[in-house]
Amino acid sequence: MKKTIVTKTHADFLKNIKKEKRHVLLIQLFIFFAFFVCWELFSRQKWIDPLLFSSPGKIWGLFVTKISDGSLFVHIGMTLSETIIGFLLGTLFGTMLATLLWWIPFLSKVLEPYLVILNAMPKVALGPILIVVLGPNFSSILAMGILISVIITTIVIFTAFNNVDPNYIKVVRSFGGSKFQCFKEVVLPACFPTIISTLKVNVGLSWVGVIVGEYLVSKQGLGYMIIYGFQVFNFTLVLLSLLIIAVLATIMYQLVDFLEKKLIKNR
Amino acid sequence: MAFLQLKSIGQTYFSKRTATTALENVTLSVHEGEFVSFLGPSGCGKSTLLSIIAGLLAPTEGEIFLEEQPINGPHPKIGYMLQQDYLFPWKTIKENVLLGLKLRGQLNEEQVSNALSLLDEIGLSHVLDQYPMQLSGGMRQRVALVRTLATNPKILLLDEPFSALDYQTKLKLEDLVSFLLSEYDKTAILVTHDIGEAIAMSDRVILFSKNPGYIYQTFNMPETLKKLTPFETRQHPDYSVMFQQIWKELKNIEENNSD
Repeated sequence: MKKTIVTKTHADFLKNIKKEKRHVLLIQLFIFFAFFVCWELFSRQKWIDPLLFSSPGKIWGLFVTKISDGSLFVHIGMTLSETIIGFLLGTLFGTMLATLLWWIPFLSKVLEPYLVILNAMPKVALGPILIVVLGPNFSSILAMGILISVIITTIVIFTAFNNVDPNYIKVVRSFGGSKFQCFKEVVLPACFPTIISTLKVNVGLSWVGVIVGEYLVSKQGLGYMIIYGFQVFNFTLVLLSLLIIAVLATIMYQLVDFLEKKLIKNR
Repeated sequence: MAFLQLKSIGQTYFSKRTATTALENVTLSVHEGEFVSFLGPSGCGKSTLLSIIAGLLAPTEGEIFLEEQPINGPHPKIGYMLQQDYLFPWKTIKENVLLGLKLRGQLNEEQVSNALSLLDEIGLSHVLDQYPMQLSGGMRQRVALVRTLATNPKILLLDEPFSALDYQTKLKLEDLVSFLLSEYDKTAILVTHDIGEAIAMSDRVILFSKNPGYIYQTFNMPETLKKLTPFETRQHPDYSVMFQQIWKELKNIEENNSD
């Protein structure tokens, strides 16, 4: 008797969760479509300046044209590869730098104030110098993508390295483990979740670095499309690039998020 | 011939303003197969002394000899077990148990099968592929014990290994450790602040005073208690006698220190 009541209440509970989930999704979809419908409508009625704000219809038209002539793929491919390489290298270099600092505590003491300064400095301000040094090409954009994430990655991962419970290191040392073994068996695996989560932050940062880099120098890419659209006053082009960036950045973030869940399920 | 010898060990910690002497003139011999406990109030340097014997910490004074050979650094014949299990959460139980062998470069078939049969002996072979977080506290500490024993050390250093466990688990584990150590003929040093545990497990209890830590008194357990398992010892009339004696001395230490 009692059991059937419990079963029923539980079923109700599950039903409620499902119901709420459905409502949230419904309202999310509503906002999404309402936004685009209003945009289109306001633009056609000239309530907003169609020259500045364009309209979803025009953007879609441009999208189709650019896909059929293939030029969009070139731009997307360019920016995407810069961003992916940028954030992977940014995370890799940051981890390597953090390892070096962990390995040589003296070095970390010496470099501490410089890291603070470099971290506080807006990295995009280095743009002109990068262009002069590396030339107005792929490499200076990539450098921007890396530079913007590498310092904060170093600081976050180095802090994580130092916060590893020293007793785990004690275990390894009591078995006669070397410093390298302490690093490989304890410090690195213990900080793996931190490294993955910096990957998540760096996805966003690298997009900033790469787009700004493209503003400054490039002849291709989504950042170039934005700046070109701005110069010839083609805001349909600008908005198209923005939408594509939003979609790609979200997909990349979700992929890293998925990777994180796969890799650290045992903790 | 003493198996393990400590010769006038002293340890001083330095900070910017102070120099703190944690241990002073500790001289001690341990025989092969003996079970010795270090007992004392917190801050008496007993854990520091264990770290020194483990070779994790170089003493500021004195020397340690194992079978007449000086120890400078972690020694393959010395196993060390911490207060908590410190199993690596990202490794399976099997990988955790084999960690010591891997670090020492002894990961051969014979050693591995020895380690795994030890795990089987304590009844945990079914959790080989599980992760530490899936196990209870008592099981985890048993795995940690196997991890320490897997490299086949001659001396086991136990730094309050039961203090994080509930009372019942602790009693069971005391019996298990005591059984395994005598079965494989190991020497052991246990650090504890629990008088009962020290009496139940050891052949000899060494009482430390604090500020600085030195050997205050040594109690040899009566033969009647040595033969018994830790659990049986706790039931024996001599146990209470011993307990009262040590209790009195511990109180003396505390009173001396508060003056």
